[in-house]
Amino acid sequence: MPKITYVDSSGTERTVEGKNGMTVMETAIKHNVPGIDADCGGACACATCHVYVDPAFSDKVGKPSAMEQSMLDFAENVKETSRLSCQIKIREDLDGLKVTTPESQH
Amino acid sequence: MTGAPQRIVIIGAGQAGGQAAYSLRLGGFEGEIILVGDEPAPPYQRPPLSKAYFKGELEADRLFLKPLDYYAENRIELVTGDAATAIDLPGRQVALASGRQLGWDRLVIATGARPRKLALQGADLDGIGELRTLADVDRLKKLGVPGARMVVIGAGYIGLEAAAVGQQLGLKVTVLEAMPQVLSRVAGPEIGAFYTHIHREAGTDVRLGARIEAFEGVGAVTGVKLADGEVIPADFVLVGVGVLPNMELALEAGLMCGNGVVVDAAMRTSHPDVYAIGDVAWRPLVHYGREGRLESVHNAIEGGKLAAADILGKTPPPLEAPWFWSDQFDLKLQTAGLWTGADERVVRGEPASRAFAVFYLKEGHLIAVDAVNSAPEYIVGKKLVAAKAKVAPGELVDKSISMKDIGARASN
Repeated sequence: MPKITYVDSSGTERTVEGKNGMTVMETAIKHNVPGIDADCGGACACATCHVYVDPAFSDKVGKPSAMEQSMLDFAENVKETSRLSCQIKIREDLDGLKVTTPESQH
Repeated sequence: MTGAPQRIVIIGAGQAGGQAAYSLRLGGFEGEIILVGDEPAPPYQRPPLSKAYFKGELEADRLFLKPLDYYAENRIELVTGDAATAIDLPGRQVALASGRQLGWDRLVIATGARPRKLALQGADLDGIGELRTLADVDRLKKLGVPGARMVVIGAGYIGLEAAAVGQQLGLKVTVLEAMPQVLSRVAGPEIGAFYTHIHREAGTDVRLGARIEAFEGVGAVTGVKLADGEVIPADFVLVGVGVLPNMELALEAGLMCGNGVVVDAAMRTSHPDVYAIGDVAWRPLVHYGREGRLESVHNAIEGGKLAAADILGKTPPPLEAPWFWSDQFDLKLQTAGLWTGADERVVRGEPASRAFAVFYLKEGHLIAVDAVNSAPEYIVGKKLVAAKAKVAPGELVDKSISMKDIGARASN
């Protein structure tokens, strides 16, 4: 099972076991990881599951779709490493993935 | 108002009730929280019911808002499969169907809404259903075998989403809509015409201005009879003609009700220690200077957060412009604001390209936007709607001006 580490804005790390096919957002919700609101439940409709992907994993995680990119273009505190965690599906080769949550999702 | 609350009872364990419980704990409330729902499942997301869940792409537990162990870990007593049957305001009690009596210091009513039923001959035949709960969709999924004939009554979000899934499942789909356009309650004629075209192109028989006379069948439904005598054969029927607020308990308890339980900006009812949130609440719509009921995820979450903040004496969260979304086929419709009362509509982009937006203005101010596969139009539009901004129609229609620039130039 791939392990995913969530770092909150104060630097606290939480590592949980993910399941292939589930999203990074769902995995956070399932393990009560704070910092991801996911108001729309993963429909790419609200941009409240924003995370920063560890640059070491940028290539493996891949680029956002056009729809996700446009949602991100207008989100708060966006960086080059920003992704919507509801759009990142967990796979075996994402084992060790580290994502950081922003201070606020709104 | 009495002193600091020790026990908060929330009746209704949907998205709003769940959010109130989560926000109370997150906000530092240390007392007892009892969350009572009449369905067997813990709080779950309803939007995917008419989309991915109906299509069979999601297991039920992936819809749960929180994992089951969250409730014990956060000392929230989750009571499922039990319904509130009476509210006693002077005695500060709620009675449950199981016979249990719950005392409360603060009560949150999050009882939601129920699908409207059609008062037509044959309406109680088997195979006629609605789509509100997991159980409803589990029934539909059994009936939705490839080749089955599904008749959808009502072309709102739910009816059209289910019709889209029906096509993808290989059903023979007919949509009957009483109004001259689809999505008439939530969107303007351009969006309506676009979605009518999309569904017809996919093979669905969309009938506008349909007048339904009766359901036909013995025991189980076999057809839907129209006023002109035509009978549309049906193996099952989905009725999606809106909802009614579950406000009877509040009304019987003496709380002020209209088309919903009347609340103030903090979601307080006419009793200072009782709140109403979610689909059941008749609340001020601050961006529009009027009151109304909203049936949406945004409204459920915001109401839960507002009630929790008020109970805890905290600063309320900022109010968002109402927002909605609908997934049909490969199209994502994102809506911000309420279009009712618009005196001007501006279309940006070509509907034929399957990516366009309709902006709704009133006296020059943007009051709503419907964006099809157009996230920038939605996001910038949502901010402008919340700011009640003035936007020049000539700029909105001009695709050479980016939404970023339009947002920056808009004035209040």
